Amino acid sequence: MSYLGTGSKYAAASDAAVSSVAGAFVRAWRRIPWPVRTLVRFVLLMLAVSFVTFALVAASPIDPVQANVGQTAYLTMSPERRAALAERWGAGEGLLERYGAWLFDAIRGDFGESLRFNAPVVSVVGERLASSALLLAVAWLLSGVIGFALGVVARARRGSRLDRAICGWCYLLSATPTFWLAMLALMLFAVYLGWFPVGFATPIGAGTEVSFAERLHHAVLPALTLSLTGVANVALHTREKTCEVMASDYVRFARLRGESELSIVVRHGLRNLVLPALTLECAQVSEIIGGSVLVEQVFSYPGLGQAAVTAGLGGDAPLLVGIALATATIVFAGNLAANLLYGVIDPRMRKGVAHVGA
Amino acid sequence: MSSIADARHHDAEFHHHHAHAAASHHGGGHHLLTVEHLSVSFEMYDAQAPFFRAGRVLLPVLRDLTVSVHAGEVLAVVGASGSGKSVLASAIMGQFESNALVEGNIWFDGEAMDAARLAELRGRGIALVPQSVANLDPLMRVGDQIVGPTGRSTDARAAAERRRARMRELMGAYGLDAAVERLYPHELSGGMARRVLLISALIDEPRLIIADEPTPGLDLDLAVHALDDLRAFADGGGGVMLITHDIELTLRVADRVAVFHEGTVVEETPCASFASPELLTHPFTRALWHALPDRDFAPVEGESPASDAASVSVEGEGRS
Repeated sequence: MSYLGTGSKYAAASDAAVSSVAGAFVRAWRRIPWPVRTLVRFVLLMLAVSFVTFALVAASPIDPVQANVGQTAYLTMSPERRAALAERWGAGEGLLERYGAWLFDAIRGDFGESLRFNAPVVSVVGERLASSALLLAVAWLLSGVIGFALGVVARARRGSRLDRAICGWCYLLSATPTFWLAMLALMLFAVYLGWFPVGFATPIGAGTEVSFAERLHHAVLPALTLSLTGVANVALHTREKTCEVMASDYVRFARLRGESELSIVVRHGLRNLVLPALTLECAQVSEIIGGSVLVEQVFSYPGLGQAAVTAGLGGDAPLLVGIALATATIVFAGNLAANLLYGVIDPRMRKGVAHVGA
Repeated sequence: MSSIADARHHDAEFHHHHAHAAASHHGGGHHLLTVEHLSVSFEMYDAQAPFFRAGRVLLPVLRDLTVSVHAGEVLAVVGASGSGKSVLASAIMGQFESNALVEGNIWFDGEAMDAARLAELRGRGIALVPQSVANLDPLMRVGDQIVGPTGRSTDARAAAERRRARMRELMGAYGLDAAVERLYPHELSGGMARRVLLISALIDEPRLIIADEPTPGLDLDLAVHALDDLRAFADGGGGVMLITHDIELTLRVADRVAVFHEGTVVEETPCASFASPELLTHPFTRALWHALPDRDFAPVEGESPASDAASVSVEGEGRS
């Protein structure tokens, strides 16, 4: 209702009809049950993501035939064979035509075949995701936990050397390109020190029987590198939010009631930081996935990020769309979880009424 | 601090820079609270100078402020909004920003105080009644906030239970339903919030209550209730420093008024003096008197209460 209120208050007289139509739409939209609205949003997101990915592939100058068969093979290939391959990989088709065909199949659950991996997109994405999951989860958790702790500690010791050290470190980290940091880590810890393997998710030549410890050993370096830039982001945001909370009226009052600084941080600080921390953590999901593309490439880690690079460079539209949809789903799920948890944590949101700023 | 033999003054008797009211008395032979020559300034970058060349300047907020609260009285500190009255409240409770420069003496119950000792008295002698529900943690149930932090040990738990029992007693006394302790701050009505804030001060059994603007945002009925509750606390032997900009309302309940102007108390006088301008000594207080409703609203040369806040800030920023 507040939307309608501001809409009608500020709309010029000529816009009155437009805003009333928009208003009616908003009212109708709000009457739909929340789970249905969320589902509609999700479907719209999937359509938009898949269409944009197709459009980007179509706009890319990469010829899938040339990119995938190799230079020598391409040159010695007969024109008929080239045309056959181009048709099979959909190179010459128009964007809408291609997208329409893909969408028609996708609705029935068929996401197509990956050109580069010669396998169904669903199984390639599933396999790569399973391989990346450990990396992503470790990096996500580490950046969240370490970043939050550093942010709170920096604020609690505001102005001290520790605070300045943490902030300086964070500025340095956020100014550092992830891939460069990854190469540095690779040189130092894998090449010179030899603590960790130089690449891949499993020992070279190992069959399917790889122990969890070995997987972890391979994941540590990329996961740490991936989490580092996230740490800076989370720590600086958390520090700002902690400053806000510690400068609030309720913290001042708690202080004037004789509550100790430690008790204030634990009882009021952490409680009120949970919401912004949740928001940050969920926003961090997309950051981590974005970073994984670069980090996996440097560490030759056969995950989703590396597959995305392969698909992009090979003009492998079905695989790229599959990866985009999978990652968009993960990010969407993260934000959905944040929304649901807000209601659990904040009593002001529980009755479906958001008292923002009031 | 010289000790005073007689416990009670004659009305309007003048000593220690201030005149007394009938209720004012010196329990134990001294004031409950004395603030002498208190100056607080904040060191900050010059807002007028270009950003990179800005030097540090001292912004004085309180200067040479002297005020006293007796046991059994309500002293109203009256001044314009935004003129630094809350800084006084913070100073008395030993709460200073890191860029504050503080000078002066504060005595509580005959004992000289420093910042650490004042901080110890928070919740153990001096309690604050804040302005609004914004001073409560929005994510914590009201009851848990009134009771305050509790330890894990058996002793601490028993102490917390006693505090909870006392809270329920107070809530009953102030007509709050038992269910209120389970509510969150945003669920409180204006009247409930006011009583919750008062109870959060009373639960510590303070000897001095500092009420920082307890009435804005309340309708007249609730505001009168709020002040009556403070009056009742003073009548029970406690001291109240009521910080407010609403002189009209405070004249109903206060015993004495300290007129706050340009960072200092220009006059400390019993409410009775407001019966006639001849009883008031400072030109600003007279101007204030003339500005009261049903008065002639005669402007006094150079002393306009309305321009108080502006003149303080302009003067402060221009100083280097």
